[in-house]
Amino acid sequence: MSDIKKFMYVNRRAPYGTIYAWESLEVVLIGAAFEQDVSLAFIDDGVYQLTKGQDTSGIDMKNFSPTYSALGDYEVNKIYVEKESLEERGLTLDDLQHLVWEDEDDDWAEKDSIRLVSRAEMADVLAEQDILFNF
Amino acid sequence: MSMLHIVNKSPYERNSLAAAVGHMTDGDTLLLIEDGVYAAIKGGAAAGNLEGKTVSVLGADLAARGIGVDKLVDGVSVVDYGGFVDLVEATDKSQSWL
Repeated sequence: MSDIKKFMYVNRRAPYGTIYAWESLEVVLIGAAFEQDVSLAFIDDGVYQLTKGQDTSGIDMKNFSPTYSALGDYEVNKIYVEKESLEERGLTLDDLQHLVWEDEDDDWAEKDSIRLVSRAEMADVLAEQDILFNF
Repeated sequence: MSMLHIVNKSPYERNSLAAAVGHMTDGDTLLLIEDGVYAAIKGGAAAGNLEGKTVSVLGADLAARGIGVDKLVDGVSVVDYGGFVDLVEATDKSQSWL
């Protein structure tokens, strides 16, 4: 079990202007099969990826935002969102999807996946990872 | 001569919005599309750029990004694709700050 590494996917781009957000999500889902210790970070424009109520019917693009709510089923349940990034953009946690996971060690209790952290705390989280993937 | 200034980049990643606003003159209109619409969120650090300007935002791009009209800076008007065309027609020239 000692070969389990801490993988972090760092997301810093808005969802539809470029392909980065979607590509990241694809890689996260593929990587989930390798049973590593996975977490996601949403920094800068990356926080826009998690806004709730996205409706892409008017722009002819796939709405991939519902996929974030499936991450908990893949044991991807450490989703770090940077507080300063939200605030600078006029957003709060209430503007984001409510992402949860079920804890099998706690009678399948539903728990929050999103951890709102300060920039300084995010720096510490980044520092403790083994591998960083940047999108 | 009036100009339509079109911005499609996030103001938090590029300087397109600042460039556009810096080159606007009286009678010009700013149109925010694609990732440019993030500039119109009330309370955002970029919102001050819109002060005193005539600003329109493309509704389909707001909806795609989950931004409700209630989140927008006061005075901004939301337009559809037809409204986009109307703005192009109503101004002498269009400038896209890519």
